[in-house]
Amino acid sequence: MARIQIITIITSLLFLLYISRLIIKGKLREEYAIVWCVCTLILVIFSFWRSGLEVMSKLFGVYEAPNLVFTASIFVILIYLLHLSVVASKLHKQNKQMAQDIALLKEKVYSEDRQLEN
Amino acid sequence: MPMPKQLLIIIPCYNEQASLPALLGEVGSLQIPGYELTPLVVNDCSKDNTYAVAKQYGAKVLDLPINLGIGGAVQSGLLYASQYHFDFAVQMDGDGQHPPKELIKLLAHNEATGANLIIGSRFIENEGFQSSFTRRLGIGYFYWLTRILTGVHVFDSTSGFRLFDKKAIELATNYYPDEYPEPESLVHFSKAGLRISETPVIMAGRMGGQSSIRNFASLYYCIKVTLAMLFSAIRKTQ
Repeated sequence: MARIQIITIITSLLFLLYISRLIIKGKLREEYAIVWCVCTLILVIFSFWRSGLEVMSKLFGVYEAPNLVFTASIFVILIYLLHLSVVASKLHKQNKQMAQDIALLKEKVYSEDRQLEN
Repeated sequence: MPMPKQLLIIIPCYNEQASLPALLGEVGSLQIPGYELTPLVVNDCSKDNTYAVAKQYGAKVLDLPINLGIGGAVQSGLLYASQYHFDFAVQMDGDGQHPPKELIKLLAHNEATGANLIIGSRFIENEGFQSSFTRRLGIGYFYWLTRILTGVHVFDSTSGFRLFDKKAIELATNYYPDEYPEPESLVHFSKAGLRISETPVIMAGRMGGQSSIRNFASLYYCIKVTLAMLFSAIRKTQ
């Protein structure tokens, strides 16, 4: 086994361990962790299967194997960013609704306090 | 004697401590026969003393814990209107650009036409404060876009000086756009079957403080609002 294979396998496993730790500590939701775990798994698979990259490149019609890595990675990142944007939009909407609820409640409490004083 | 109609005056404010005293004074002394007026200051998480100034003048205040922008702030006021069963709500900006004495024109137009949303327009008659050329160019663009998407002729689609009746209030509590809400909301309201009508008013320049929309005709605004209006037009109404 080549040196780079060993390095990537060890790094991937350490990465997986760290993600598990974050999930256990409650710092990372599972739904976000899935993407990272899948990526790490793919990295581990290709670390063991050296000729795998060549096979994949031929399959997709890509001449230079590393280009496939970059293209696939960028594509995955774009999709993930889109997902995060969707999540952020939802959080924004929920924030707005809560802020409005809070303001209405504060006003109600203030009014009732004034009424009690009088 | 019929019961007076309950009218909520929504005053959205972001750092308007300078303009608020004069505005609240004018609103306080405003008398419109047949209507009972309730001013409601919506403090959009101002950094200055807007809240304290509003309280000092005895106004009811919705104190937003985070800054929501004009759309969110106005919607907060409309939520209040809906919750306390007001008959009408009017948006009157905290910078003083919407003179309280012009309010009676909006109400009169509603009585005359029965439309659900009355827009106080600067551009039907060329009186009062006129914006810069580029701003008026942008407004002309939105006139055509609004007309294409809704069929309604609106010369001042960006005017915030608007009167909502009960139906419009209910619709807005479910959905009201966040950023630059005025043109997009017209498309949304029109699609939901509400009647929109414009009436001329005279608006003032800012009385104090600084505008939060500096370069009105900025490209971002135009693109963003155009997209929002197009999506609003094709979106299924609930």
